[in-house]
Amino acid sequence: MKQSEVPQDQLAYYGDARRAVYAVDDSGHYTTVASTGWNAEAQVNADAVAEFERLAQEARVRVEQGRSSPLEYHMYARRMDLPMLAQSAGIWRWRVRRHLRPPVFQCLPEHLLSRYAEALGLSVAALKELP
Amino acid sequence: MIIENFRHRHAGHCESGVTSSLLGHYGLELSEPMTLGLSASLTFAHIPFVKVGGLPLTAYSMPPGSIYKGLRKPLGLRMAQRRFHNPDDAMHALDAELAAGRPVALQTSVYWLPYLPAEMRFHFNAHNIIVFGKDGDDYLVSDPVFDQPQRCPAADLRKARFARGVFAPKGLQYQPQHFERDFDLDAAVRRGIAKTWKMMLYAPVPMVGVGAIGRLAQRIEAFDRKLPDARLQRLFIGNIVRMQEEIGTGGGGFRFMYSAFLQEAGEKLSQPALLDASSLMTTAGDQWRQFALLGAQFSRKKDITLQQIADALRTVAQTERAVYLQLKDWTKGRAPAAGTQIA
Repeated sequence: MKQSEVPQDQLAYYGDARRAVYAVDDSGHYTTVASTGWNAEAQVNADAVAEFERLAQEARVRVEQGRSSPLEYHMYARRMDLPMLAQSAGIWRWRVRRHLRPPVFQCLPEHLLSRYAEALGLSVAALKELP
Repeated sequence: MIIENFRHRHAGHCESGVTSSLLGHYGLELSEPMTLGLSASLTFAHIPFVKVGGLPLTAYSMPPGSIYKGLRKPLGLRMAQRRFHNPDDAMHALDAELAAGRPVALQTSVYWLPYLPAEMRFHFNAHNIIVFGKDGDDYLVSDPVFDQPQRCPAADLRKARFARGVFAPKGLQYQPQHFERDFDLDAAVRRGIAKTWKMMLYAPVPMVGVGAIGRLAQRIEAFDRKLPDARLQRLFIGNIVRMQEEIGTGGGGFRFMYSAFLQEAGEKLSQPALLDASSLMTTAGDQWRQFALLGAQFSRKKDITLQQIADALRTVAQTERAVYLQLKDWTKGRAPAAGTQIA
């Protein structure tokens, strides 16, 4: 990639930040060029973010219908999936899956709630309801 | 409290940047591409049965920690590493190092670092940063992927250091303890390059190396039968591209960085063969970008087929194979065999 070919697509989320990209200058030597991002990169990243948002919205509907616990919504809203939440909270996957059921979630003891809250970076009160 | 003589450097990738910055701080100027090349951390791996966020693990460089661990032999580099059970102990240890005037490298999660843009924050636990000062309740952070030093509140840094899950940092802090100032560059370069081509050409498992790129191409071709859901196809391909371009520089980036390494080594050791390999590796990097572009536009434009994407990957594999064969000839002291030169 030549210095002049380094993408400068002014990605909004970069803000003032720049990414260092290795590229060849006119004399054929490698240097680093500060780049403002590449649209291709932004597109695939937006896809990944949108996927979590879609999962969170679907979970929200289920929670409102009483078919799932708020834990599921918060999990996806924090860009986690079930194995990741289980690892972050240090709770076995089958237990986490069980805690996604509303009746079970409502009876959870404080110490389990606080572990989920810690893993998700929320307060216990916020964990129990939808934002 | 700030370490005055510490100089922030902008780098392409976090771990190589941190390693190069820290070595520079202690008086050994080793460029970022050199850390990548000498530690032989360039790779390609696609492991279908290890899932990250439901998608197969795709990696373009060796696992976290390989760069500074890979410099153990060539440079005699020893990192003083500490992990902690208790976050309070970890923060006290960090403060003590800063008070003693030593910048410290930390392994952190990406998600909990507030200075990163929200779009880039995913649960990835092997980010590397340097802390070089404390101002009130904020730490001064030299994050190599940013062009300017950043500030991070203590509470967030603490959370980022103790995120759990895959690659859990457990508060890891490290700093160089010992390294050779005048090491044998020629031997180090030969060793690093030999390690890379051996892995890329002759890895004993099919998930690693040039062959793995071809297998990935095969897998993508079979999507019509094996993964008919267009949304999943898009996520799968998007994930490969994202690992390449977004998370830690990735394929295009690492290939260009490796090219820069070959160029630097070729010039310092006056080895024209390395310069040839460098320009061919640049071609490989450009082809990776071509693949990324196709992958990103797949499903947005109707005229991009799975076949095209697979072919783009095959082209990359072919070029990379030629690079590693050239490097093999160089380390073996042979003139490049006819027919390995393409592009």
